[in-house]
Amino acid sequence: MNSPRATVSKVLTFSCVDGPGNRLVVFLQGCNFACKTCHNPHTMGLCNDCGDCIPACHAGSLSMQAGRVVFYPSQCDQCDACLRACPIHANPMVQSMGVGDVLGILRDNLAFLDGITLSGGEATTQLKFVVALFGAIKADPALCHLTSMIDSNGYLAPSGWAKVLPVTDGVLLDIKAFDRRTHLSLTGVGNARVLEAARFLHAAGKLQELRFLVVPGHTDTATEAEALCAFVQRLGGVRIRLNAFQHHGVIGAARDWPAASRDSIEAIAARLREHGVAEVVTPAVYV
Amino acid sequence: MNPTLLKLREIVTDATLSPAQKARYLSLEAENMLPYPDLDSETAQAFHDGVLCDLVEGHAPYKPRYLLPDYEVVLRQGSAYLELDPPQSLDEAINCLMIAYHHVPSVTGMPVFIGHLDQLLLPFCDGVSDDGLYRRIKLFWRYLDRVLPDAFMHANIGPTDNRVARAIMRVDAELKQIAPNLTLLYDPEVTTDEVLRIATDNIVECSKPHVANHPLHAATFDARGYAIVSCYNALPLSGGAGTLVRLNLKEVAVRSKSVEDFLDTVLPHYMDLQFRMIDARMGFLFEQSNFFASFLVDEGWIDTDRFTAMFGIYGMAEAVNHLQDLQGRSGRYGLDAAANALGYRISEAMAARVEATPVKHAWRDRAMLHSQAGISIDTDVTPGVRIPYGTEPDPVSHVKALLPHHAFYPSGISEILTIDETIRSNPQALFTLCKGALASGFREFTANVAGNDLVRVTGYMIRLSDVEKFNNCEGSRTNTTGLGAEAAAVTGILERKPRVVGHELSPGYGQ
Ligand code: SF4
Ligand code: SF4
Repeated sequence: MNSPRATVSKVLTFSCVDGPGNRLVVFLQGCNFACKTCHNPHTMGLCNDCGDCIPACHAGSLSMQAGRVVFYPSQCDQCDACLRACPIHANPMVQSMGVGDVLGILRDNLAFLDGITLSGGEATTQLKFVVALFGAIKADPALCHLTSMIDSNGYLAPSGWAKVLPVTDGVLLDIKAFDRRTHLSLTGVGNARVLEAARFLHAAGKLQELRFLVVPGHTDTATEAEALCAFVQRLGGVRIRLNAFQHHGVIGAARDWPAASRDSIEAIAARLREHGVAEVVTPAVYV
Repeated sequence: MNPTLLKLREIVTDATLSPAQKARYLSLEAENMLPYPDLDSETAQAFHDGVLCDLVEGHAPYKPRYLLPDYEVVLRQGSAYLELDPPQSLDEAINCLMIAYHHVPSVTGMPVFIGHLDQLLLPFCDGVSDDGLYRRIKLFWRYLDRVLPDAFMHANIGPTDNRVARAIMRVDAELKQIAPNLTLLYDPEVTTDEVLRIATDNIVECSKPHVANHPLHAATFDARGYAIVSCYNALPLSGGAGTLVRLNLKEVAVRSKSVEDFLDTVLPHYMDLQFRMIDARMGFLFEQSNFFASFLVDEGWIDTDRFTAMFGIYGMAEAVNHLQDLQGRSGRYGLDAAANALGYRISEAMAARVEATPVKHAWRDRAMLHSQAGISIDTDVTPGVRIPYGTEPDPVSHVKALLPHHAFYPSGISEILTIDETIRSNPQALFTLCKGALASGFREFTANVAGNDLVRVTGYMIRLSDVEKFNNCEGSRTNTTGLGAEAAAVTGILERKPRVVGHELSPGYGQ
């Protein structure tokens, strides 16, 4: 059988911000949005083996073999020069992993985990792998107590969600903006499918958390806050996580945008609570 | 005035010390005017060169370093010496303990152990309402922090889930005091998840309690039991530790030509010198100090035969990294599997040697290996077997890297995990991490959460706001703030990702 493989940019064995409890987080490479505010921009693109990053590596960890870029981790000191050199926001250090590889990591860390979250990039761009992995977890008596979740930008169509939801415990969904034009300018894509996904997932009982990134001058406006409150009210109750735009990892023009302040986040949180949203999570730290 | 008198005068006129703190520093100076217990020249040289360290215990050990009285004795039979009848009510029991503590010395002059408080007080709780219990514990806690302000003072609770343990954790999270330090003894067969969850939620709140793996510790000791005291030392109940001498593994490594030379020759040599130093200190304590001619022994609070000697080690990280360099290997301790494996080999070799070496006067005639948490005067040497400040991997990798060491350190191995503040909105993650670490064989679980005012410095607690005050020369009510301030300034532990961990002893005035 041809079992699907994933292109993985990173694996974390400890995360307390990607769903309930401690989670193994697997970041899948490749995204169908191009957010100006992305704090992991090098997870967006898929490598086309152009070779531009090879000379940028001082450690000799990258080379071209039979037309493909090959990465040798032993000398790499994680300086990230290759990421900066890549013209398409790809990453020459990604690994290819099969379902069995991820199951192995889960088993190695089982005592410490409440579940697994697939993040990105956009995890659903590798949907076949997600379905196969989550299905394998559910089928394994030693692993099936773990919750399986997806961190998503919501671009996946309902037909795609329908394939993965039977083996998914919850989705952490980002809504970047409610105003269509703001969404388009922040992400390069409209928001109709995102809003549809939120409603679809909520109706299916799988919307674990809605996330809203507060970007000063873009999504901290009264209209956005109003739209967020109204949307959540119509949905009928969901946990909201407000994230504050910060500069860490951000490249391009958005680096000059101001970071979101505690006050602006708290103001929106207060508004949500007034609208009866019971669970509003705000950042623990502002940097 | 000669320099000695000048120093004494400096102490008595110091504007930041209380009269009691001055009296303590004066007594330390006086003790250290006496000659050191007899050491042969080789041992004395290793001591002088900083390969061996006595943690500034003093020249004339006239009291054991750590004393763990069985307070159950005084609650059951009262005390003839102290003219105390056996207590009949909860108020009388707490009062009795408060009196008892004043007669229990330790290296710091204050008790390092104040009892398995829930087990001690439960028999007196019948007919006491939950609210009545809560109010009494709160007053008791306030008394402890204000009258015995030493962060090494340690209370134990658990492993059962009971009213007193719950009241204590409620009060502890509410008051966020430095003293007392607190350990929950955790047994997966006995302790409920609910109580462990209260404990890990408290860690998020105030970086306390410390959670000890009860089945592992219980198997190390005997039916008379053990307790966790000071900064996470596991010691026999009704006894304690006569002394703690520690070996700087970094200094041992730099004196070695290769890994084999280190393991086969140099390490055994310095371990033998360490045993000689332990013998000298235990000899003075047991044969000359007359400490044991005490009502504590006569009335059965302690038993002369139940004092171990702690065989401390520190600087594992630097030792391994140096030995890796000697082999031309770049992998660093804590991050590289081969470097970590070398560390486990060293721990295993030391454990075997300690197990095989008789120590006079010690409980079971043996010392106990201890991964020592450090002291404020340490520079460029990492406590115990810890991973150096600022280079720690994520908490799960961190636990897994240190796990194999835990089997080798029966008298305690304190690692402090630093957890970033995002855990506050997801405390379940800390619960799972703690439970996972203990289930995998961690002897103890200790964590600091970034952003807490109350943090650990190498094992004891300090308040960051006190350190700031102390540095502004206002003085501090608690004995450990000076230490914490010194440790922070000298070793950069406040840089620990994202915050502190720390250490143990009061080295004397102006050191
Ligand atoms: S991060 Fe990239 S550029 Fe830097 S050493 Fe590693 S492979 Fe080379
Ligand atoms: S990572 Fe980027 S620069 Fe390097 S080969 Fe791939 S596409 Fe080219």
